[in-house]
Amino acid sequence: MSFESYVSILDSTVRLGTPLLLACLAGLFSERSGVFDIGLEGKMLVAAFLSAAVAYTTGSAWLGLLAGIAGSLVFSAIHGLASITFRGNQLISGVAINMLASGITVLVGQNWFHQGGGTPALSGAARFRDLTLPFANELRDVPFLGPIYAELISGHSVLVYLAFLMVPATWWVLYRTRFGLRLRAVGENPAAVDTAGVSVVALRFAALAIAGVLCGIAGSYLSTALAAGFGREMTAGRGYIALAALIFAKWRPWQALGSTMFFGFLAAVSIRYPTIDLGVLVIPNEFMDNLPYILTVVVLAGFVGKAIPPRAGGEPYVKER
Amino acid sequence: MAMGDPQGRQATAAPATSVPVLELRGISKAFGPVQANKDISLQVARGAIHGIIGENGAGKSTLMSILYGFYKADAGEILINGKVTHIPDSQSAIRAGIGMVFQHFKLVQNFTVLENVVLGAEEGALLGPSLAKARKVLTHLAQEYELHVDPDALIENLSVGHQQRVEILKALYRQADILILDEPTGVLTPAEADHLFRILANLKREGKTIILITHKLREIMEITDSVSVMRRGQMTTTVKTAETNPEQLAELMVGRKVLLRVEKQPATPGRTVLEVQDLRVKDRFGVERLKGVSLHVRAGEILGIAGVAGNGQTELLEVLGGFATGTGTVRMNDKPIDLSGRHSDGQSRRRDGIAHVPEDRQRLGLIMDFTAWENIAFGYHNDPAYQKNRFIMDNARLLRETAAKMQRFDVRPPDPRLAAKNFSGGNQQKIVVAREIERNPDLLLIGQPTRGVDIGAIEFIHQQIVKLRDAGKAILLVSVELDEILSLSDRVAVMFDGRIMGERIPGETDERELGLLMAGMNGKAA
Repeated sequence: MSFESYVSILDSTVRLGTPLLLACLAGLFSERSGVFDIGLEGKMLVAAFLSAAVAYTTGSAWLGLLAGIAGSLVFSAIHGLASITFRGNQLISGVAINMLASGITVLVGQNWFHQGGGTPALSGAARFRDLTLPFANELRDVPFLGPIYAELISGHSVLVYLAFLMVPATWWVLYRTRFGLRLRAVGENPAAVDTAGVSVVALRFAALAIAGVLCGIAGSYLSTALAAGFGREMTAGRGYIALAALIFAKWRPWQALGSTMFFGFLAAVSIRYPTIDLGVLVIPNEFMDNLPYILTVVVLAGFVGKAIPPRAGGEPYVKER
Repeated sequence: MAMGDPQGRQATAAPATSVPVLELRGISKAFGPVQANKDISLQVARGAIHGIIGENGAGKSTLMSILYGFYKADAGEILINGKVTHIPDSQSAIRAGIGMVFQHFKLVQNFTVLENVVLGAEEGALLGPSLAKARKVLTHLAQEYELHVDPDALIENLSVGHQQRVEILKALYRQADILILDEPTGVLTPAEADHLFRILANLKREGKTIILITHKLREIMEITDSVSVMRRGQMTTTVKTAETNPEQLAELMVGRKVLLRVEKQPATPGRTVLEVQDLRVKDRFGVERLKGVSLHVRAGEILGIAGVAGNGQTELLEVLGGFATGTGTVRMNDKPIDLSGRHSDGQSRRRDGIAHVPEDRQRLGLIMDFTAWENIAFGYHNDPAYQKNRFIMDNARLLRETAAKMQRFDVRPPDPRLAAKNFSGGNQQKIVVAREIERNPDLLLIGQPTRGVDIGAIEFIHQQIVKLRDAGKAILLVSVELDEILSLSDRVAVMFDGRIMGERIPGETDERELGLLMAGMNGKAA
């Protein structure tokens, strides 16, 4: 295999890993605050649809992004209302959000565009185009480092760079700010936060809002940067893979970067090589597609260190005497 | 106790002798039909240690929750330093100078001490400066009040006593003036409790006011200046501690005369029921927790195991109860018992005549969400008497039997269909004790029989244990309450670091000698 094809696989790793990374960080904020969020998938789907629809109608990818974030935030608010305000079951609320998103995008999409639930193809300013970093073309011919800079580091949409910047930003917020301290505390022991005179409800809603914004960006990236338009069910389980990556990362931001890029790499390989022929045996690409889930089970079973979720995760907070 | 020093007290109390630091006027609070607090009035003087005692469910916790902004009172007002103060939430309570140390600590387990102290009281949006400031303040507080804790230690690695210090530090860091402690010694070893009392005395000397909620009369007598008694939602009396005595307080609490000492005849021990030789137990990390324990219990006697919690008593009960494994020899009624766990379990132990009231009733003794009658069946659910046929249990019979047991053991309310979690601690314990004792076992293992149990129920449970002994049964009692061990046991064995340090006869020893043994110091030959 040539050096160019290695770079090209890594390049698609970044492209495919980016939505996972954004969704994973969204899940990180939500779950660190003690709210399980299996509605990542649904939020991304709604954001992907609204982004594509608004971008197509207005011709502006940026307006599409805003619409996507708004849609995702509304779904976050529904999740918060059900599971924080009314103390419902967080998993059930998340499943409901996924089902609602899956149905409503197709219904509205069909009604608006009559294309089987998808949007027409986007072009021009309705898509986020790949940025070319300074000197990318000039340096392309430098051996080894040239292609890495030109292909791998340069030539992605602005959302990819934003996603990567979110990793240190998340780390900083989590471990260096008052909000981060309270956020981590409320996911571990909400009673401690409550008795310290800080509102558990407000903190958890804030976390869900951040998760909503990040899912919105992830969805928007899917339909207006990675692809050119919305197709029904286009998230294709990425929300669940992001959750798997979150467990893999043990709810930590830098590890989230590693795990999402690893899963992105698996996806890139499976797209490029539908079957891998090792001579002795042939690995079908279904195996590659399922590898993230298999690995998650391995991690949960405790083979690779211990993955301890936030202790108060999944539990609605009820004030006790 | 460093209580005296009238000069020092004068100095701090002088500016506000007439105005109490905290005053409650006519506080009432109802939950549906239950009147938890009824027209409660109370005055607490600045710089005093004020005790509040009462049985479980007397309304102490509700009252303190109102003070800390968890509940809003239906009527009445709170005055701090003579000014009417509204406390709608915890934030307001903290601002009013009230600090609370809950019975169940409100700490984030995987945070450092520093992070826990700072949480909710940060200086600004960035953590760095807050943590630096807190580090300085903690050093200062540690010296001033003997509140030493490593600021960078994780809470989950700290002992319970140290965790409690963190809670006190949290309150002091928020500049609490009035410190409320809810059952603070329930989880502490005697040494830790002594240290806590020294800290409280230091706080008092610095002019802090302390409200101590407890059901232990000895602590009230030892450390408080004044004491209020609560019963059935009402504040029945407030007296100066110097002018009362434990018997009077107990009577005020329960509403009838209470025997604080257990009445019992000398034991008439018979044959040996349980014989343990060189029992060794390793925990899951491979650390030896029992290092060759030998003991025996005869029919008609109570062997008390004293010791600071965590010196192997739990492991001893677990191995004898059949849910931990060990090596050595254990003979029950002259029949060897399997300790490997391969041929035995809790069920087979029951068949061997061993009944077990576990130390932690909520974790091991009961299923909290299940009803009383279901809980009464546990462990004995295979009893043919409870089966209608091969597939169906005879629930009607179980209900009848449970109702009768609840009557005999004075469980309140005597409703077999109520979930275990809805009973008070004392009544939960009575359910467990009823289940085990009424099986008429040859040997009763009983751990911390009265932990978190109120005084009226303690008396009852003690009487039941003595009754079983007088019926010629063997009893192995494990308790960290030295008073309980001394008043119930016929022989006392002291455990330290997985070994029996020595055996004494209660009448021929005292708390000092046992205290030394508990600390691992073996004065006389064992």
